[in-house]
Amino acid sequence: MSVTASPRPDQRPVRSGRTVRIGPGSASLRWRDVAVPVVTLAALVLVSAVSMGRGDFPIGVGDVLRTLVGLGDGPQEFIVLELRAPRVVVGVLVGLALGVAGALFQTFARNPLASPDTLGLTTGASAGAVAAIVLTGGTSPGAVLGGLGIPAAALVGALLAGLLLFLLTWRAGIDGFRLVLVGIALWSVGNALIDWLLTNAEIYDAASAYVWITGSLNARTWDHAVPLATALAVLLPLSLAASRTLGALQFGDNTARGLGVRLAGAQTAVVLLAVGLVAFAVSGAGPIAFVALIVPQIAVRLTGGSRPPLLASGLMGALLVVGSDLVTRTVLPEALPVGILTAAIGAPYLLWLLVRGRRRSTL
Amino acid sequence: MTIETDLAPTAAPTGRVRLAAEHVRLAYDERVVVDDLDLELTEGSFTAIVGPNGCGKSTLLRALGRLLRPSAGQVLLDGRAIARTPTREVAQVLGLLPQTPIAPEGLTVGDLVARGRHPHQSWLRQWSRDDEAVVAEALSWTDMADLADRPVDALSGGQRQRAWISMALAQGTDLLLLDEPTTYLDLSHQIDVLELVGRLHAERGRTVVVVLHDLNLAARYAQRLVAMKDGALVASGSPHEVLTEQLLADVFDLEARVVPDPVTGTPMVVPVRRLR
Repeated sequence: MSVTASPRPDQRPVRSGRTVRIGPGSASLRWRDVAVPVVTLAALVLVSAVSMGRGDFPIGVGDVLRTLVGLGDGPQEFIVLELRAPRVVVGVLVGLALGVAGALFQTFARNPLASPDTLGLTTGASAGAVAAIVLTGGTSPGAVLGGLGIPAAALVGALLAGLLLFLLTWRAGIDGFRLVLVGIALWSVGNALIDWLLTNAEIYDAASAYVWITGSLNARTWDHAVPLATALAVLLPLSLAASRTLGALQFGDNTARGLGVRLAGAQTAVVLLAVGLVAFAVSGAGPIAFVALIVPQIAVRLTGGSRPPLLASGLMGALLVVGSDLVTRTVLPEALPVGILTAAIGAPYLLWLLVRGRRRSTL
Repeated sequence: MTIETDLAPTAAPTGRVRLAAEHVRLAYDERVVVDDLDLELTEGSFTAIVGPNGCGKSTLLRALGRLLRPSAGQVLLDGRAIARTPTREVAQVLGLLPQTPIAPEGLTVGDLVARGRHPHQSWLRQWSRDDEAVVAEALSWTDMADLADRPVDALSGGQRQRAWISMALAQGTDLLLLDEPTTYLDLSHQIDVLELVGRLHAERGRTVVVVLHDLNLAARYAQRLVAMKDGALVASGSPHEVLTEQLLADVFDLEARVVPDPVTGTPMVVPVRRLR
């Protein structure tokens, strides 16, 4: 690996990053593009280990890590791998998917407000799940939440909302602004549907539907993690591969086309990838609020680039979900669904974004 | 100091047609803006498209740059239908600068100009030695090297336009289409930008097509003027042939005197009053 600052010492470096060339490959990387994901990953491993150690039977971080690499004793292995790991793994996968999806949407729409929350995708998933809970009627919360019926309904709901979003936005291409407007319309239609379903629901169904809408990692098993992991194994590499094209799309349709981007194909691919990521994430843990909205914006401030970094956004999404889950389970007096905490962090942040946006436009 | 790269000048004018519109009809939805228009642009030429607001000149430029697909007729790039040529191949030959390009917030000038290499890069090869040399030269050629690490949104209007032209230069295309590159610039920066484009043509052998509002500047910098009115091509030729008092009356509804520019001798329009 050769790292060269500049081939000509008499000239200043051209790009903001350092040139990295390995064999036929080459790229311009800024150190923060590498440091932020690495530090986030380390923090994620630590928080995950702490989370797996906390519970009625506390286990130290060292023992958790030993157990994870196969060196634990019998009871610890059972508690960590069978009881606690699925919850954390689902949290990591959901956070990854939401973070990357948020970064894709925000870059594509050139709008920090574009996220699965504001575009109606999570609302679509909620409507699907609530319909499944309410319309199947009378099923006990445990039985419904344990089965895969609700995740499947949520997946279908999110994909339907995504399809509608795509079809209603498409006019020989996708305009980012139009995407946000159509998304807001879908969001309110979905909410009206949810309200209608809840109004007509039995009280117990309504309560269990409400827990689902908040987004929770309670009672997750490996059965939840496997489909999510499979979907991400396909969607995440594709998203990262789209990063270069996304960089060109950021310049607006005309310039992107001028640079040789096949516009319609690229736009379709980016939106479908983001919708797919959100659909699987939401079916895994419910619509954990605002993760996809705030994480890419924090990530872009940390890396200091011109657009939300995909990998760092994903890792920070995972850290936020797992960290919030840990806080709701241990620090708060009552065990609350994780979505309440992310919403409590996210809503003020959204307001701050809006206020800041207005200040800037009046300058 | 010059570095030999593939930015190097292309051949002198040969008369070979590089870009052509054949019977094109251009429409937005149902509204036809340009109908049955023919235009040929030869290798090494510098053409300015002029005409009153709404005459379809920007629409024509968009079609030439395959941003707008003709509803009838076709645009040919080197004799091949541009609509059926892979857009990446087009992007290696034809560069375009839209009227108000958008730069992402916080992007540095160097990274912007580097983006011009997009059609020459792949997922694996994102920043080759060639790319670096070409971008460095494009920056210094446009006098932007010292500003390479500045964010584009912190530049003045004139500097920003230079940065975009630098990006188009880094793309390394023989053909360059510019849509009103002098919009929103004061006179001295208009001259600055057009001098730069003129040098791209003269020193780099670029085939240039530019949409311009200012007739005097168009006559001064372009070799050929194309005048449009109501979506049709009204006149085409050297500035002397096109910029006549009769044409100004017909196309611009303007009574005017045409006198020789005291600096360059090219025709200069002195307006008298609007007709009708």
